[in-house]
Amino acid sequence: MASISTILKQYPDGKREHLIPILQAIQEQAGYLSEDSIVEVGKHLQLPTSKIFGVATFYNQFRFEPQGKYHIQVCRGTACHVLGSSTVQAELEKRLKIKAGSTARDGLFSLEVVACIGACGLAPVISINGEFHAKLKPADIDDILEHYRNLESE
Amino acid sequence: MDFTIEINKEQVPVQSGEYLLDVLSRIGIKIPTLCHMKDKLPTGACRMCVVENKSNGKLITSCSHPVEQGMRIDTQSQRVAESRKTIVELLLSNHPDDCLYCVRNKNCELQDLAEELHVDDRRVRGEKNNYHLDMSSASIVRDPSKCILCGRCVVVCEETMGVACIDFANRGSQSIISTTYNRGLNVSSCINCGQCIMVCPTGALTEKNHFAEIQDALANPKKVVVVQYAPSISVSLAEEFNMEPGLDINGVMNAALRKLGFDFIFDTTFAADLTIMEESTELIDRIQKNERLPLMTSCCPGWVKYAEEFAGDLLPLLSSCKSPQQMMGAVIKTYFAERMNLRKEDIYSVSIMPCTAKKFEAQREEMVSKGIVDVDAILTTRELARFIKLYGVDIHKLEPEITDSPLGARSTAGKLFGVTGGVMEAAIRTAYWKLTGEELIKFQIKELRGLAGRKEAKVEVNGLTLGVAVVNGISNAKVLLDEIRAGRNDLHFVEVMACPSGCIGGGGQKIGASPEALAARMQTIYSADMKESLRVSHKNPEVIELYRSFLGEPNSEIAHHLLHTRYRIREDILK
Ligand code: SF4
Ligand code: SF4
Ligand code: FES
Repeated sequence: MASISTILKQYPDGKREHLIPILQAIQEQAGYLSEDSIVEVGKHLQLPTSKIFGVATFYNQFRFEPQGKYHIQVCRGTACHVLGSSTVQAELEKRLKIKAGSTARDGLFSLEVVACIGACGLAPVISINGEFHAKLKPADIDDILEHYRNLESE
Repeated sequence: MDFTIEINKEQVPVQSGEYLLDVLSRIGIKIPTLCHMKDKLPTGACRMCVVENKSNGKLITSCSHPVEQGMRIDTQSQRVAESRKTIVELLLSNHPDDCLYCVRNKNCELQDLAEELHVDDRRVRGEKNNYHLDMSSASIVRDPSKCILCGRCVVVCEETMGVACIDFANRGSQSIISTTYNRGLNVSSCINCGQCIMVCPTGALTEKNHFAEIQDALANPKKVVVVQYAPSISVSLAEEFNMEPGLDINGVMNAALRKLGFDFIFDTTFAADLTIMEESTELIDRIQKNERLPLMTSCCPGWVKYAEEFAGDLLPLLSSCKSPQQMMGAVIKTYFAERMNLRKEDIYSVSIMPCTAKKFEAQREEMVSKGIVDVDAILTTRELARFIKLYGVDIHKLEPEITDSPLGARSTAGKLFGVTGGVMEAAIRTAYWKLTGEELIKFQIKELRGLAGRKEAKVEVNGLTLGVAVVNGISNAKVLLDEIRAGRNDLHFVEVMACPSGCIGGGGQKIGASPEALAARMQTIYSADMKESLRVSHKNPEVIELYRSFLGEPNSEIAHHLLHTRYRIREDILK
């Protein structure tokens, strides 16, 4: 919890308006908001954790589970959307058996929906640990996931 | 009256600052509401209460709009009717619609609205909600699929109870009421008070029921099934059968319980008297040693859990007494068992409580010894009514009967436990007698009466000015706790009941009771205390006999073992 206390120390007055910046800093550092971190924030700001969770879930930017080894971002910007990114997302959710915003049981993959990632020419596009996969159709997903799984078993 | 506004073409005098909804209800116009709660700030969230302001053509929420000069309000326009109806249709579109199988069937605001607003076909079809049922709590069951997001539970949990273990999460169509991380209520800071159930318009919040186990026990010839009921039950049960609020049907209830097949019928009020014997001893001891003051009551399991979670620093102040339910449970499986030549294992002990937190309390590890619990199962007042109906007992046709010996006698002091301030009054009566050897001349302590959230009094006893405070609703307790933390030292004894009004307003009582009904329950308890002659716990003959033949004296070794408990700071929950 050392790192969280470093973050909290930057907001010594414990004002509630700092909630979002604090949560952002924690997520930046840890990749997600853990239960323990929210408990610490609650103590610091004198806020019930249910309220912090409520606020955090209101925004799309926060994650509540650690990211998978391979973090998949599905672009839902306009171009991707028009060209069918929702079917790509649906296929990913089906294959990974998780919803966007969560992490698969084995910890290998996590899935996130993001606003435009600035690669509209490649739409529909996903990024896995920063690597782009362009002009996707749902049928491509299986192969892509297989590729990363194979990396693991090598 | 400040000015007039037009309502449905008539001029109506209003005061500035009044909410439209209040004006409308005053002049006899019933406006449907969902998120609105009396005495709480309006949120304007559900839009159920819309009316049309003809002066600007807008639909406005009457619960959150104060009256304004020049308003011309129409509560009956087609737009208004259509708008309200659409809201209900949308709420129903993803609702499970399993009314027949819901405990709130025929007692549901959503059903009522659908009927009143003539929702008679399914115009909007949506995907049905399908959330996990949260059965993790010993007291409360949450079924988010039935939730219509009115937010009343969130308000009561935070503002009245000061707990705030639930809140809105996510947004838009994904919105739900959730605990922190959507974990089970059992690992949240929930104190099991059930006040959220009391305000929930639907079946989204209910109590965990023990029906099946109780039915099994009643049907099992090898079990001696014993029942106890809390002081407030006899004055609240009548309303469940459409009888006049506050009517005391103690005798009839005894008869009904016998018809259900209970072998012995005891009154928890007996154990309230016993609590007073123990707790007044503790009070006097602490005053004499001038330590751990003020003594704080421990009969309310909602308050006890709250203290364990949020007032760990003050836990040493809590009385070590078990609650009356648990004292009674312990005495039933020892003293009573011995007298009847029964083995503990053969006794099945049921209690009827105005309270959902009692279900949690009964399964606390401190309440189990060698695998045997003090109390096996609990029915709330509501559940007792359902039980009586299930067994086909017509309560209107029964003649009053009395409780059983040796745990059936009670004083009216014990009966006062049912109302906020009652434990305090009862304790003062007995402490006074113990300290002076005389009875109080004026039994009733006026300052401690009534349903206010916070009351205080000073009582002269043998030259000592006893400072006492009474709070109900944990948010009121919080304020007092902070005063004590800040060094307030004129108090010797503090009574805390988690639920507003005390047990008569408990989370297991009838849903939808009016403030007048609550006042009637209170009055009945007070008038018993005026009329009856046994008004002090220390003169309860069966309590005296229990000490004479079994316990010895208050706080004796055996009394300590059976009737007292311990607490622990709860760090392991999500506060
Ligand atoms: S039972 Fe009481 S503490 Fe628990 S969620 Fe309901 S209102 Fe809050
Ligand atoms: S659980 Fe009940 S009280 Fe709470 S928001 Fe849902 S419908 Fe309203
Ligand atoms: S009752 Fe007025 S907006 Fe809900």
